[in-house]
Order: sequence, then structure tokens, then C-alpha cells
Amino acid sequence: MAIDPTEVPRFAHGSRVPGWDEAADLSKDPAVVPDPATTPVPDHVRIAIAAQMAKYPDVRSAAIPALHIIQREHGWCSPTAIEQAACVMRLTPAYLTAVATFYDMFSTTPKGRHDVYVCTNISCSLRGADAIYQEMLSAAGDDPDFHVQSFECLGACDIAPMASVDGEYVGPLDGDDCARIVDDVKAGRAVLPDKQLRKRKAAGA
Amino acid sequence: MKQLFAHIDDPELATLDGYSRRGGYEMLRMALQMEPQDVLQEMLDSGVRGRGGAGFAMGKKMSFIPKGTMDKYLVCNADESEPGAFKDRELMQKNPHQLIEGIIIGAYAIGANKSFIFIRGEYQYPADVLDAALAEARTAGYVGERILGSDHTLDLVVHRGAGAYICGEETALLDALEGKRGNPRLKPPFPAVQGLYKGPTLINNVETLMNVPVVMRLGGAEYAKIGTETSTGTKVVSISGCVQRPGNYEVVLGTPAREIIFGLAGGPPPGRTIKAWFPGGSSAPVLPGTDEYLDLPYDFDSLAKAGSMLGSGSIIIVDDSISIVDVALKTAKFYRHESCGKCTPCREGTNWTVRMLERVQTGEATPMDLDIMASVQEQIIGNCLCVLGDSMAMPISAMIKHFRDEFEAHIKEAREANGLGAAIPQVNRGRQAGPYPMLDPADVDPTAAVA
Repeated sequence: MAIDPTEVPRFAHGSRVPGWDEAADLSKDPAVVPDPATTPVPDHVRIAIAAQMAKYPDVRSAAIPALHIIQREHGWCSPTAIEQAACVMRLTPAYLTAVATFYDMFSTTPKGRHDVYVCTNISCSLRGADAIYQEMLSAAGDDPDFHVQSFECLGACDIAPMASVDGEYVGPLDGDDCARIVDDVKAGRAVLPDKQLRKRKAAGA
Repeated sequence: MKQLFAHIDDPELATLDGYSRRGGYEMLRMALQMEPQDVLQEMLDSGVRGRGGAGFAMGKKMSFIPKGTMDKYLVCNADESEPGAFKDRELMQKNPHQLIEGIIIGAYAIGANKSFIFIRGEYQYPADVLDAALAEARTAGYVGERILGSDHTLDLVVHRGAGAYICGEETALLDALEGKRGNPRLKPPFPAVQGLYKGPTLINNVETLMNVPVVMRLGGAEYAKIGTETSTGTKVVSISGCVQRPGNYEVVLGTPAREIIFGLAGGPPPGRTIKAWFPGGSSAPVLPGTDEYLDLPYDFDSLAKAGSMLGSGSIIIVDDSISIVDVALKTAKFYRHESCGKCTPCREGTNWTVRMLERVQTGEATPMDLDIMASVQEQIIGNCLCVLGDSMAMPISAMIKHFRDEFEAHIKEAREANGLGAAIPQVNRGRQAGPYPMLDPADVDPTAAVA
């Protein structure tokens, strides 16, 4: 994805702080394909990734499924996690890191276990999504288990404003629902059972 | 006339039993009795156009796939990420078998033995539904080796993406499917010649492929009688934004837009009027909510003639309580975030458009910035490998064209609110200014301060 210019460290007069885009430490040798003998990979991870690799004519096609697997296992695409996937897939960690940094659903920095994506795109924002996002941020507070992120269109404009809570689409949301989402997730219950998209009837049926 | 939405809310439809009881997989049996060439001919006769955005005739696209025994692929594009589009989600979640049947018939027609459904990673539940439906179809012998005793073999894989709008672009989708960053490729060679794993590849949208069994059932010639002459069949329209009943509605192409917006979706909230609408997702040039545009027949050619496009068939309604500047900024920010960065006009153009719109919003801009912004859009269109940049440029330039007064009024108001004073018209100051001088230099007092 494009780099968000607001996240680039800058001096007060506008110039970039040197070093923000230094991708490689030139004093180190480049990482090679990890050696299976010295890279411990849990068996269930190895089996799951190998099963994905078997589905495609080219094993590299399993890069995204493999990253999903290790992110679920480790919580984020940590260097250790990427090394494990690279070891099973016989690719360099750099290759998988390049893929992981491209896609919004992969995180190369530590994040909370529970993903709450709040859609703030056009259709949702026309119905007050920006306020819902702020509400959601304050409802989750600084709880390290929550990873609240504003997301581009999630493809559920019929229930705008909406959010995806660990993959479950819920909406239309109002301000009070944010606290309910946090409670439901903490209690391990189904999230907002009355507002789940999967139970909704088609408008044009 | 509902072809895809006929029993959409029946929970049984998602199961193999329920689908078979409604005549499911009958068309596959029939197609396997026919020659692939005849199946292709039906698609050509039907005139069915792609439902994903470009509106290219499906039969023609299929006919570009070379004949012969090389490795060919059929990829179903289920990476529905266009803001305002949510039809494929509902179709896959509630009617997965019709998609699978469409893919098998399509693959038979072009001679593909390997097929992928590329579904966006956020659609976890629809992907689970598809996986379950695929397992059922495989057990029943519809997917796998020697389908129903014929010579046709097809392997189908549901591939989940990981959140990138660009992957809806067909060549970027192929890169993502090959396990790379989703960057678009240079065309030609087109995917029909050299696509996935360098083999000929047919890429179609979910809704397009779901129409394949419908075409087979009705017959191509009969299907072509639905809708208008150049836009045949029915279309699932996603309508959202400031309307009372947002959702998916299946309509015959050529239905007046007014009937969809007011008749089906209930129009804007009481007391509000439509200021603007996107006829085909956020990439489509915005149209004003005047009678002239609302009375347009909703089909590919009428909208193209009116200066917009049908796109993926996603209507977003903006009512008069919303500032067009906010809509423009939201749209531009989306494309800035989603630009993959491969081509300069798109990477830089989306970024600078956002910055200029932010200046407009805060009142730092002058009306001349609108001209510069319009010229930036012109420089994006047609200058990139894919149409992501164009997708921002088209709605933004349409907004500037149709709502220039509102932009200028907003600039004036915001300047006054921030105590910046009235905007002083600028003249072309050579390299520092944009290419469109507002005034003839002769008419301007050279001693006046420049804003």
C-alpha cells in the first residue's frame, strides 16, 4: 500500500528525518532461505502451510494463505513467524515480508488479538461512520486485546455504518453498539447477534 | 424476471440439495452433452456483458482464449472492493452453487482444467460458505476428474486475498494469486493470451459467471431479449448511502434509474433531495440529482452517453445535507490509500489530489486550485498500467465540473471562517503556478498581493 505521508517522520520545516526509508542494514548479510534444521516450526503450522502449497501449480501462490496461517498462530507477522513460513515454503523471509507489507490484513507490527475493522468509506461515512469509529476507539480504550482500525469499503454498504469484528460483519451500528461489541468480545459471545449481516434478508428478494 | 435472486432468502439454496431441487446443475449436465464451441456460441448470442465494471462482452472475452491443449485457467474475480458494491457478497453467501455451476460450464467452454475463485480476505463468511458448497459439489462429482462421466476435468480452489482494492484489477489479481504483491501488469499481453502462470486465463466477475447457467437455461438468443439491445439480461444493483432501503435489487437492464432509487430503495430520507449520485460505484463519474439524469435508463450505454458508467452496478446516493467537498475528499483518500505505487501519475496524482482537497476544506485554497486539480486528473487518465488512478480522476473531475459553485462557495466560506480574507485571483506565474491562468495577465493589477 501507499505510504501514509502523515506517518513519515518529518522535521518542523517539512524535510524527512533521514533514515525512515532505510530498508536494509548493509552491515548484515542478506537473509537466505531458513534452514529447516535450525528453524523450529510447529507441526500443525507446517502441515497447514504444506496443505495450502499443494493446492497450486506454483508453491509461491500459497504466500497469502501461509501468511494468514502464521498471523493467526503468532498474532502478527513477526520476524519469527515469517521465518517459519519461509522455511516451510522454501522462500526468503524478504519475499514474504514484501508480500505481508502490501496487504492491509497483515500486520508487521504487534497488534491486538481481536480485529475490529470499522468501515469509514463513502457509503458508511454518509451515515455517520466517522463518529462510530471514534466511539469504537474510545470503547476499546487502551485494551491491548483490541486492534481497532478504520478500513476501506468492506462491501457491506447495505448495513452502513458497519464494522467487521473478527470477520463477523455487524451493522447498522449506533453509538451504544460499540460498548456492546467490546463486552461481547471480552465475554467470548457472538457479537451483536441481532445485527449480524449473515442473518439479514436480501432487500430485493 | 429474477434470475439470480429468485429464491435468494431461502436458506436451503446454499445447500446442494436445495439448489438441485430448483434445477441446479441441470445446465451443467446439458452443457457437457454439447460441444464446447456450442456453449461458447450461446454466450456470444446472449450478449451478456461483464458485471464487474468494464462491461466487456463475456462471450467475446471467452472467444479470445486460444484453442488447444495448453494449461488454461478460469479465474473468478470475487475481490469485490469497490466502495458501494456488495452484490457479490450476497450472491456468494446465499447462492454459492450457481457460481460453482457457472464456473464449471465456463471452464468447459474454454477448455480450462484449473480454476480459482479469488475472494477478498475480509469476506470470511462468504468464503466459508463457498468452501462448504465446493466440498459438496466435489463429493457429488461436479468438480474433480471426469465430471459426470465426461472428458472434462476441473480443479477449483477458493483463494482468499488479504485486503487490497487493487487486486480487483485483473492483472493485479493474477499477481496476487501467484503469491506476489498485487501490482498490475503491462498489457498487452492480455490475460487471455498470457495470464496466470503464463497460461491463457479467463477472468470474470462473480455475477457474470452466475449468469452462465441462466444463459444456458434460456438459450443465448432468448436471454438477449431481456433488457436493452446492447445491455442484455438482469443486473443486481447495490444501492447505498442516503436512501431509506439500501440493499441489493435485481433489475432488468434499462430500468429507469429513478425507479431503482425511488421505487425500490425508497429515495432519500424524508425532506431531503438528491444532490449527487454515483451510478456505478465510487469510480464512476458523479451525476447531479436532476431529473435529466435520474430519468436515464439504467444500462451500460445510456450511462456512458451521459458521461458516466454503469461499472459494477453500485449506486451511491448523496443527499443535500452532505458537503460535496467531504465526498470528494473521502473518495480521493480511498484511492490514495489503495494506489499500489507502481505508476507515477496514480501514486503522485492521488496523493496531490488529497492534499489539494484538504486545502480546499481548510480554506487555504483559491479557485485556481480547482483548475490545477482538474488538470491533475486529466494527466492521470490513460497514463497508468491500470485504471485505479482513472477511477479517482473520473469522479473528482466530474465533481469539479458539476459542483464547481459549491467548491468555490466552500473555499470562500472556509477562508472567511479562518480569517484568511477573500481569495485573490492568481495569474499564471510561470513555473510556480498551474497551467490554467484564471485571468489574462493584462487585466490584473501587478501590485496586488498574491494569495
